[in-house]
Amino acid sequence: MEFFRIRRDIPFMRHALVFNVISVVTFLIAVGSLATKGLNFGVDFTGGTVMEVSYARAPDVNIIRDSMMKLGFSDAAVQTFGTSRDVLIRLPVKQGFTSAQLSDQVMNELRKDDDTVQMRRVEFVGPQVGSELVENGMLALLFVSLGIVAYLALRFEWKFGVAAIIANLHDVVIILGFFSIFQWDFSLTVLAAVLAILGYSVNESVVVFDRIRENFRKMRRASVTTVIDNAITRTMSRTIITHGCTQLMVTSMLIFGGEALHYFALALTIGICFGIYSSVLVASPIVMWLRVSREDLVKPEKKAENIGAPI
Amino acid sequence: MNRYPLWTYLLVLGALLMSVLYTMPNFFGEVPAVQVSPLKVTAKVDAAVMDKVEQTLKANGIALDGIFTDPNSIKVRFRDTDTQLKAKDILDQALNPDRDSPSFILALNLISDSPRWLSALNALPMYLGLDLRGGIHFLLQVDLNSAIIKRLDGHIATVRNGLREKKLPYSGIGREGQTLVIKFRDAETRDKAQREIERIAPDFALKTAEAANEFRIIAALTAQAQSETQKSAIEQNITTLRNRVNELGVAEPIIQQQGADRIVVQLPGVQDTARAKDLLGRTASLEVRMVEAHAGDSSARDYEPAKIEAAIKGNIPFGTELFYERRGSGVEPLLLSKQVIITGERLTKAAPTFDQRDQRPVVAIELDGQGARIMRDATRDAIKRRMAVLLVEKGKPEVITAPVIQDQLGGSFQITGSRTPREASDLALLLRAGALAAPMDIIEERTVGPSLGAENIRIGFQSTWIGFSAVAIFMVVYYLLFGLISIVALAINVLFLIALLSMLQATLTLPGMAGIALTVGMAIDANVLINERIREELRNGNTPQAAIYAGYDRAWSTIIDSNATTLIAAVMLFLLGSGPVKGFAVVLCLGIGTSIFSAVVVSRAIVNLYYGRRRKLENISIGQIWKPGAELKEKA
Repeated sequence: MEFFRIRRDIPFMRHALVFNVISVVTFLIAVGSLATKGLNFGVDFTGGTVMEVSYARAPDVNIIRDSMMKLGFSDAAVQTFGTSRDVLIRLPVKQGFTSAQLSDQVMNELRKDDDTVQMRRVEFVGPQVGSELVENGMLALLFVSLGIVAYLALRFEWKFGVAAIIANLHDVVIILGFFSIFQWDFSLTVLAAVLAILGYSVNESVVVFDRIRENFRKMRRASVTTVIDNAITRTMSRTIITHGCTQLMVTSMLIFGGEALHYFALALTIGICFGIYSSVLVASPIVMWLRVSREDLVKPEKKAENIGAPI
Repeated sequence: MNRYPLWTYLLVLGALLMSVLYTMPNFFGEVPAVQVSPLKVTAKVDAAVMDKVEQTLKANGIALDGIFTDPNSIKVRFRDTDTQLKAKDILDQALNPDRDSPSFILALNLISDSPRWLSALNALPMYLGLDLRGGIHFLLQVDLNSAIIKRLDGHIATVRNGLREKKLPYSGIGREGQTLVIKFRDAETRDKAQREIERIAPDFALKTAEAANEFRIIAALTAQAQSETQKSAIEQNITTLRNRVNELGVAEPIIQQQGADRIVVQLPGVQDTARAKDLLGRTASLEVRMVEAHAGDSSARDYEPAKIEAAIKGNIPFGTELFYERRGSGVEPLLLSKQVIITGERLTKAAPTFDQRDQRPVVAIELDGQGARIMRDATRDAIKRRMAVLLVEKGKPEVITAPVIQDQLGGSFQITGSRTPREASDLALLLRAGALAAPMDIIEERTVGPSLGAENIRIGFQSTWIGFSAVAIFMVVYYLLFGLISIVALAINVLFLIALLSMLQATLTLPGMAGIALTVGMAIDANVLINERIREELRNGNTPQAAIYAGYDRAWSTIIDSNATTLIAAVMLFLLGSGPVKGFAVVLCLGIGTSIFSAVVVSRAIVNLYYGRRRKLENISIGQIWKPGAELKEKA
């Protein structure tokens, strides 16, 4: 079986400008959404309490909301979560309460309405821990980016490093943009997924760059554009198959992973799909714009020196 | 050319066998058990105790599945949780006849069912995180400034006594912020005092100051004393927490310092989360103060209802504070001295018991030598005065009781005021487990109920399994035999990963299981790279043997590069992440290592074993090699 019956090199680089324009547009949409709507930060980052409770029968969310108001939480977020019998209650930070008291109070109140209620999970994050997690998340993003640029600069050449990072940060912004537009819950695990995608996407770019380097060595007379085109064409089959396989695993997580892994798997899915696009069709044009040449990658051969000639 | 030296095959085989060995404990499941550990220093878990346990269980007709000892505990296995609960109660009664001072603590535990020879090899099942096991996780922030202030306050008495003994009069001594200020009327006294203080309190760094007829000494703790105070504050708090947790009967709790001023507490498998949180969250310590005025009992001294009325209206005399004692149906106002006679550090024993005369629940207190001395001094001239016992929680003192002193008190006395035996027992526990050197705040909590934990395991396992099967089917259909070899290598990869996690006892969380799934998805990349390269070499007209060789050879550097970048991301996540995310990062890091090894060495070993020997290899089963040239030729 061979899916990729490609006769000739597909002239990708001819359309480099179009690809870049598409990237910039999607990037701007994402940034716009992030700037206006912002992300729906989970309790990990904002601080507050999250409680997951389950009932024997589907409860009336409004009754629960009223009970929360009775306790003094007018801004509690109550929603069903997964099945109709599971309810997620989000309470913002409230001064003077420890979580111990809070969740017990809530449970007692809920028990008055329906005593089949069971506590499945409670998470309380104090505000200072929340802001620390935000800081650490940003730092992680920064260091991963720097690390990758450094590594690629070592292995290939700095222009490649820069191109790869720009393309893949573009990826990250797109994922964040999706989360912002749909206001999906952005928690610590989602951030972990985003960072994993950053590392993973760079793979793709690396594979193409590797092929570019090999082509520079082999195809002595070809122009930079031809070299890049060939590299992309040749590696396309591998790129799509790998992404397909990874996506199979992630899809299984999406379907069977339940609520806990849902947003995590979503972030991974978006990352994988856009990853193909960005790593191949964004990184390479940038490499081209940065005027990469054969000499950058292939050290010129030393001319045979006249060794030992007596003076 | 596609041959590996023998040692490589042996290496692969060896790694395989080790992995199987260390993965096995994970499949044995867990069994309910009761764990008996000594509570007192004098109690030991020896053969005698073991015998007693066995006899007791036999006498009560409870079947046990096994009993064995650790250096610190006895573990008894049972068939199911009902038997386990019954056994715990019966053993508790038998081993702790004196309810007021239990010798042993019994905990409900789930222990691995794997055979002993495996455990002897240190082959243990993976350490499951709280989100897979159920339990509580707390992060507590210690207020280190309070520890310093407390130490300063403690020194006030020392300085005061020292100056008095040397007959050096001072006009005032008090704490301002984080320094002690001692005022004198002339420079000479002050200088003498300075030398004296330097002698009796070497922890201080002293400075002098003058202001409007006042000669002052400003004393602050030296930097070294400060850091020492902070360090010992955290250590003491950890000990206190550990005592409290022990009393809860939790097996395998984790209590550790995290960072400069935080403590993390993890209680896996805890069922009664509300009570645990309550006991841990309360930061209570004891204070004893004299009652300066009251309006309750006219037969006692200091009966001054007028003063009390004035105080309620806001006129509180210097050196006192107004408190309200909880009394039956109402509250009683009391004017207490600001001076604290005894703090909880002087406590050696606190046990719930019943009052001899009226059977009310009380807490019997015993103080240490110095505490007893202080108490004697304080109560020598205080007969018929009232003494208040306060419980200080998070800076808010509450009067528990204020009895009339009938006799000069020494080291033991009783505290009344608990309404139920359970209240008395909880109070005793709080006091007994020690005073906290510095108050703590819960800044993070994650609690997972047991049902969710089991469900999370099921979800994680199922999604990994199904995804793996889907990928396997695809690979075999697309790459035929090479696909099969890739899948075998992938399965071995997962085996290595689980073995490593079990060996290192790294924590497995739900994101960690997702990490395993992701590792599988990423590991397939290397195999695809190799297979595609081999196909291309064949397309270009290479012989099969040469194609195999070239495929592995060329793909190697690409595999290294691409995994290295994911590794960078994983390491950063590990360093900067916390909790479940850390579990994810660990799995990712380890997974990358095992992926590289299994994709390159293991799969190549299999290929070499199968194809390597054949000199004249005509075809290899790698799926269709589509040659563009062939089609064009035919059309021509």
